[in-house]
Amino acid sequence: MKKFIVSLLAALALAGFAHGAGKSIPLDPFPTHRLNDMTALQNGARLFVNHCLNCHAAAFMRYNRLRDIGLTEQQIKDNLLFTGERVGDLMKIAMDPRDAREWFGIMPPDLTVIARSRAITGQGSYSGLDYLYTLMRSYYRDDTTVTGWNNLVFPNIAMPHVWWEKQGERRPIFETVVLRGVETQVFTGRWEQVTPGTLTPQQYDEAVADLVAFMGWMAEPMRADRIRIGVGVLIFLALFTVIAWRLNAVYWKDIK
Amino acid sequence: MAEFKEAPAGAPAGVKFMTWVDNRFPATQLWNDHLARYYAPKNLNFWYFFGSLSLLVLVIQIVTGIFLTMHFKPDAALAFASVEYIMREVPGGWIIRYMHSTGASMFFVVVYLHMFRALLYGSYRKPRELVWIIGCAIFLCLMATSFFGYLLPWGQMSYWGAQVIINLFAAVPFIGPDLAILIRGDYVVGDATLNRFFALHVIALPLVLLGLVVAHIIALHEVGSNNPDGVEIKAKRDASGKPLDGIPFHPYYTVHDILGVSVFLMIFAAIMFFAPMMGGYFLKFTNFIPADPLTTPVHIMPVWYFTPYYSMLRATTDVFVNVLVALIALSAVLSVLAGGLSQRGKLMVIVGSLLGIAVLMFFDAKFWGVVVMGASVLILFFLPWLDRSPVLSIRYRPTWHKWLYGVFVVNFFMLGYLGLAVPTALNTLIAQVGTLLYFAFFLLMPWWSRIGEFKPVPDRVVFKPH
Repeated sequence: MKKFIVSLLAALALAGFAHGAGKSIPLDPFPTHRLNDMTALQNGARLFVNHCLNCHAAAFMRYNRLRDIGLTEQQIKDNLLFTGERVGDLMKIAMDPRDAREWFGIMPPDLTVIARSRAITGQGSYSGLDYLYTLMRSYYRDDTTVTGWNNLVFPNIAMPHVWWEKQGERRPIFETVVLRGVETQVFTGRWEQVTPGTLTPQQYDEAVADLVAFMGWMAEPMRADRIRIGVGVLIFLALFTVIAWRLNAVYWKDIK
Repeated sequence: MAEFKEAPAGAPAGVKFMTWVDNRFPATQLWNDHLARYYAPKNLNFWYFFGSLSLLVLVIQIVTGIFLTMHFKPDAALAFASVEYIMREVPGGWIIRYMHSTGASMFFVVVYLHMFRALLYGSYRKPRELVWIIGCAIFLCLMATSFFGYLLPWGQMSYWGAQVIINLFAAVPFIGPDLAILIRGDYVVGDATLNRFFALHVIALPLVLLGLVVAHIIALHEVGSNNPDGVEIKAKRDASGKPLDGIPFHPYYTVHDILGVSVFLMIFAAIMFFAPMMGGYFLKFTNFIPADPLTTPVHIMPVWYFTPYYSMLRATTDVFVNVLVALIALSAVLSVLAGGLSQRGKLMVIVGSLLGIAVLMFFDAKFWGVVVMGASVLILFFLPWLDRSPVLSIRYRPTWHKWLYGVFVVNFFMLGYLGLAVPTALNTLIAQVGTLLYFAFFLLMPWWSRIGEFKPVPDRVVFKPH
């Protein structure tokens, strides 16, 4: 019987190796401390509204919700409203989906909850942020695509490299590796800067980190509240459980 | 009016009020029959919390569901946005949403544990067969309710999960395609489907579920609870007719269940506030992309609580159907040669198995996958008649029976894990073995439950005062 269970468990373990799901490249870890950094979130909001909000919508997010990351309504009105919206409006865009399909081949997806939707099952909710952080930093020049840019994380992505001026042009470094008797090109994780951008690589990474932190906040604005209230609820329930336990013991002392 | 009872003169207002009510509605009688003078065994353990917890989660789902329906829009163009509206704009909306999604998964955790208790202690045996059957009907209702509810957020996984499962019904011979159109309300999953699934999820199935739960409790109270020793407490009564090993449900089990509820709520709150997504298993990440009929997700899989059955569905390939044919032939030959059947019985077995084999080979394996998936749940209904063990509780069964139950549990988990994984050749093979194991556990039970050295069952329950 024991042998049977051991072999059953061995079979279970073997099943795990049968996965072999092909991810494009390993994702860089997103610096999660930025999610709690108000300055980073505000910078991310500025970058998002200025650079992303023309093609991508954030149609479930209201401008005045940005008060939660420390901006005043006046600041939002002065700096983040460009096309006559009111501060209580949703972050919608004017692009017609039919035009978008003609120009890009696809309507740029709504970004409100993109950080949640790109997470990988079993790797935690922050894996979506890793994805976005690596995506924005993995563009390289490719003359065969429509936009002239390609992406290691999302091959043949329809989105052009919006921040090519900031990052400059980079080339990914591959090395030839023999895998199972076949010569394959494997990405080393290193890049070569071909032409410089207006930002240094570290400044660019920080800008992307701020933007992704903002998208992470936007996907779940109530996350900080959720954790804070949760702590209070659990403390209350722990105390209540102790009381319930002793009450139960008092009643059951009679039972022989 | 002659049968009306009178409160004694000078009685307090409370007594006079209850006399008035009792003359018109059996309030005190119900209170006594089902709580204060309903005798439950005193040795109920941890496994007996899950019935009351199921009721608690049902109430949580209904109350949170009511508040969700105040803001949810069951329209394909508005549904996804309305859920985000609830999460962001409705005060406390995110709490309600997370409670409902956590509650859905916890409902299955609690119900699976509740059912497992019955397996452990033989709580489905005579005279409790009807309690078990109503419970299995509740389980079916629960599966249907959660399936319909899952479409409502109108995310990618909602849409495509519903598409896959409804297409399975299209595999039913002769009536399949029309059945699928009836379920969908249209030729493809769309707005019509969302609307009818909303009606079914919000009112039709919850009403049926509530009715079944009431019937479940009435049936239970008619025969009384089983206990971990499988000893019938009503067999030994004292002079006034009270079971010697019974204690009134109120206050002993009401206060006991409050403790269970408190611990459960701690777990529930921990998940809800700190990990509502559960790594993508309670709230799937793909479901945060609005449903797109033109883009199929890379992996379509149901929520974790359906994965064992999904695994059995996917395991039923053409090859597997051939294996089933061989098994039917083998078991027919064995039962004819060594089953001790009458002439008529042998003839019926031969004819039945030939018909079964013919039908298996005629229809598509896709249909048989649906049948296997359905049978894996329906076989539970027959458990009271499959179990031929002379003792009810696992405590008094041979030790190797316990290992068998362990194998069943590990197998169930393994099938669940495989349901989440990609169906590679190896995974499919393991799932097929798992499916056969699952059904063998039940179908061979009339035989294996009787063999072995059973331990003597005590007269009275085993109870340590505490």
